[in-house]
Order: sequence, then structure tokens, then C-alpha cells
Amino acid sequence: MIPTLLGVAVLIFVLLRVVPGDVVEARYLTQGSQFQSQELMDQERAKLGLDQPLWKQFTMWMAGIVRFDFGLSMWTGSPISEEIKLRFALSLQLALMASLIAQLLAIPLGILAAVKQDTWVDYAVRVFSIAGLATPSFWLGILMILTMLIVFHWVPPMMFTPLWVNPWQNLEQLIWPALAVGYRYSAVGTRMMRSAMLEVLREDYIRTARAKGLWMKLILSRHALKNAILPVLTVMSLEFAFLLGGLVVTEQVFNLNGLGMLFVEAISHRDYTLTQALVLLVATFFLFVNFFVDIAYALIDPRIRYR
Amino acid sequence: MAVTPQTLEELNRAAPLPPRRGAIIDFVRHRPLGALGALIIVAMTLLAATAGWIAPYNPVENDYAAMLAAPSAAHWLGTDAFGRDVLSRIIYGSRTALMVGLGASLIGATLGSLIGVASAYFGGRVDLVVQRVMDVFFAFPVIILALAVVAILGTGAGNVILAIATPMVPRCARVVRSSALAVREMPYVDAARASGFVHSRIILRHMLPNVMAPILIMATAFLGEAILLEASLSFIGLGVQEPTAAWGLMLRGAAVEFAETAPWMAIFPGLAISLGVFGFNLFGDSLRDALDPRLRTQ
Repeated sequence: MIPTLLGVAVLIFVLLRVVPGDVVEARYLTQGSQFQSQELMDQERAKLGLDQPLWKQFTMWMAGIVRFDFGLSMWTGSPISEEIKLRFALSLQLALMASLIAQLLAIPLGILAAVKQDTWVDYAVRVFSIAGLATPSFWLGILMILTMLIVFHWVPPMMFTPLWVNPWQNLEQLIWPALAVGYRYSAVGTRMMRSAMLEVLREDYIRTARAKGLWMKLILSRHALKNAILPVLTVMSLEFAFLLGGLVVTEQVFNLNGLGMLFVEAISHRDYTLTQALVLLVATFFLFVNFFVDIAYALIDPRIRYR
Repeated sequence: MAVTPQTLEELNRAAPLPPRRGAIIDFVRHRPLGALGALIIVAMTLLAATAGWIAPYNPVENDYAAMLAAPSAAHWLGTDAFGRDVLSRIIYGSRTALMVGLGASLIGATLGSLIGVASAYFGGRVDLVVQRVMDVFFAFPVIILALAVVAILGTGAGNVILAIATPMVPRCARVVRSSALAVREMPYVDAARASGFVHSRIILRHMLPNVMAPILIMATAFLGEAILLEASLSFIGLGVQEPTAAWGLMLRGAAVEFAETAPWMAIFPGLAISLGVFGFNLFGDSLRDALDPRLRTQ
């Protein structure tokens, strides 16, 4: 995991710097004053440490990171940990809610489709899930806002209410973006759940369980689901990227000031330090999710042991 | 249980090859959803090809007399905030979507499969290093990687193609590598080596054609996703730029602002994206089932 993260760090560091233009240019040139003196810009660069040789910039960045110090944002000048902390709660809550919605949709629907294979129920579920893959979450978000506007005259609030300030208002605000992202995310899980379930249902031990007269409910929940859920878990964790990616655009639609919004801003400002920190954060998060899923395998399936 | 054929004539009599002409009819009959997908793709391609003739208006021409006009006989799907015809922009938008989708899939699949096959062929340390590098790319969520590439190359259709192809490369490389590992052990690869062929010839002429099925599946599956990614990037303003007609771009800004008074601006382009991606996904699924029964999702 450490070598991968180091690779990510090197990659994003180099990639950001091979492009012409930096934060100083982004700040002064977009303000319309093209005649900004070279001297002033050099001064600004020196202040941000951009005049240092690349290896020095990199080692300084790395030295900060091992102490969990991400440095200052090149654009706003405030500490990056502060910038991220404010928005991390929002994005994490949204991600968890979307993920929960996705599981709640995917697992029952997948099982239902598998049990009723080749009936209209099955076809309906399959079309529902393929449509979920095809519908962009930001469009779904726009449609939701549109419906709310026309039916309830509801306008997405300008300010975000944290969960601990007013839980009800917070949930009311986040449920729609969570649904928009969660639906799309659930499609992958539904399809996998269905195919895994179909496979398991053909196993001998299921036939045995049915032959000895067990309730179908019991067979499904105790015998089949346990064996079918593993690939679903894998796919859903791998497709966690969908979720994070979905957030980048969905936050824009619902005017939520989360990590996705911050990322897009950081890129357009050419804010090296902030972009680097965000990429590293997301990559770490992603790797950790995969790591915990590996551990979860062993908990769910005792046959899997890690040495 | 059929009797095992003893002679060559018997074998020929026992298993007559199905006529090739029936392949398309068979596909339609056995995979109606796939056929529906193919139909959508064909329709989209036709739209893109004939956009110049069938679009009622110029997609980039402003008409300030007809700003935010509701759907009518003159403008079937209404107009946007600049008075541009929404239908015409959707028709021209299919060009952008197909161009970016096909371009990204082609580049991504080509690079990815070359890396995958080469990695499997050389094995050992090369394979290890390539796989570790791919791991690094895997740690990025798709859209973040695409955004990073856009940040580097800048916006615009050409750069967006490269940005979308980038996340495709490691995924394709990994899948192709696993298939190529099996091919590498085939006697004909040994034979080619013994004949003294150069590495590139063995990779390109002997191994690559034998892993075409997974490559095709990956590329088709990625087409729909690429179109969706393009729409997402354009939507957040880091993809195709105005005034080009692109579906994601049409949903940006004014479409949300005027959603209440001019909902056609927000509804129709999104419908076009969903339908297009839906078609590619349906077709891709069926193609996978038909080509590679092992990957079947039933």
C-alpha cells in the first residue's frame, strides 16, 4: 500500500508540474492584469516555494505528509487540513448515505430478480439497473430539483447544515443527492447480486435444503445469501470509485460545498498543494476501503484465511 | 446421447455448420435486449453522420428573438438561453459523444492491450514493474484521473478523449494480461520464439489476435462509460467547451438556472445521454454473453 501511495504522490506531483502555468499565473492573469510585472510574480513564487528545485519541493512535501502536515493552500493561504476538514464531513456523510441506499436497493432487488428469473419481475429489475448505469447522476439530480421546484416550490438551500446542528434539516438536504448517486451505484450491485445468486441457487446444497423442506426464506437468507454476497461486496467496493466520482458532479448540481467541489476549484486554480493533498487523500481512502473489504471477506467467509 | 462419430464423413454429417447468414437473425432472436441496444447505436450513428442534413437549425447560431422558447412547431424541443435550437444541438451532440466515446475507447483499448500483452509476454521483472505502475493508476477513481489529465492538457474535445482514455488503459491492461498469460503458454508462441521472430512480431502477430475477445468486450463496455464521462466532464466545465454542441454541456449553467421556466433545456439532453449510454450498455452486455460465456451475468 505504501509503495502504491508513493507512486500516486510522485505521479500527481510530476503531472501537475509538467504543465505550463501555475497558481501565480492563474491568480494574476485571470484578473485581467496581463501586465503584471515579472518581478512581482517571481516574488509570489518565492513566497510559495515554487522557485525551489523540484526534488526539494517534493521532499519538503513528503516530509510534511509523514507528520500529517499538508501545508498551506497556494490559493487561499489557509492550512489545507482546515480546508479539507470543513468539507470532508459533508462528503463522507453523503458517500455513506449513498452507499447505504445502494445496498438497500441492490441486495433485495438482486435476490428478487434471481428468484423470479425470466419473469417480468426479473426484466423490470434488469431494465431498472441498466437504466441506472446509463443515467448520469447529475441529470438525475437536476430532474429531482426540477420536480421539487415545480411540485413543492422547494429550492436547494444555499448553506449546508451539519448533522449535529440540525439533523432533520441536514438529512432533508442530503437525501436527494444521496438518492441520485446511490441509485446509479446500486445498479452495479444489483446485477452482480442477481448473477451470483443465480449461480448459488443451482448448487447441490440448495437443492438438498429444498428437498428436506426448508422454507425458501430460510434457504435464501441462511444458505444462499451468505455465499452469493462475496462477489457483490467485491464489485461494490471496486466501484466505490463510481460513488466518489459521482460526488464530484452531484455536489455541483446540489450546490454542496464538499470535497468534489473543492477538487474542481483546486484544479482550475492550479493550486498544486491542495490538488496533491486531495488526490492523495482519495487514493488513500480508496486503498483503505479495498483493504477493509479484504478483511471483511474473512469475516463473512470463514474459508478465506490470510496468512 | 448421440453416437460418437467414427469417420470424417460421419462427423461432417453429424454436425452441419449453421449458415452464417442466420447470425444476425439469431442474435436478434436470442438477445432482444442486445438487438435493441444495437438499434439505438445505429440510430445514433445515423444521426451523427447525417447531422448536417437533418438538423433543422445551425447548432451554434444564436437567435436572440427566440430565447428560451418552449417546444413548438418551429423548435420541436425548444431553444436554450441563447436561442439555439435544442433538437439541433442534440443531433450535433451525438457527433461529439460518438467521437469522444470511440476515440477514447480505441486509444485506451489499443494502449491497454499492448501493455497487457507485453507485460504477460515478457513476464518476470517487467511484468512486476508494469503491474505496480498499473496499481498506482488503479488507486485513482476514474473521474479523478480524467480530471487530473484535463488539468494537465487543458479542455477541448481532443484532450477530453485522452483524459477519458487514460483510466481505460490500466483496466484494459489488467484484463488482457490475464488472458495473455494463458496464450503465452501455447505451443505456437514457443514455436514462434524458436523460429527466431522478434518480440514485437510475436506480440502483435501471434498473441494479440488471440486475446481479441476480451479486448472487444472491454472496449464496448467502455464506450457507454466514456460517453457518460464526457458528459460529466463537460457538465462541470472541464470537458468540451462552448459553443460546441455536447450533451453534458447543454445541461450546464443556464439549464439549471432556468430549470423551472424552461425545463426542456434540462430534460432532453439528459434523455439523449441516458438513451445513448443505455444502448451501448445493452449491446455491450449481449456481446459479452455471446463472445465469452465465462463472463456471463445471465
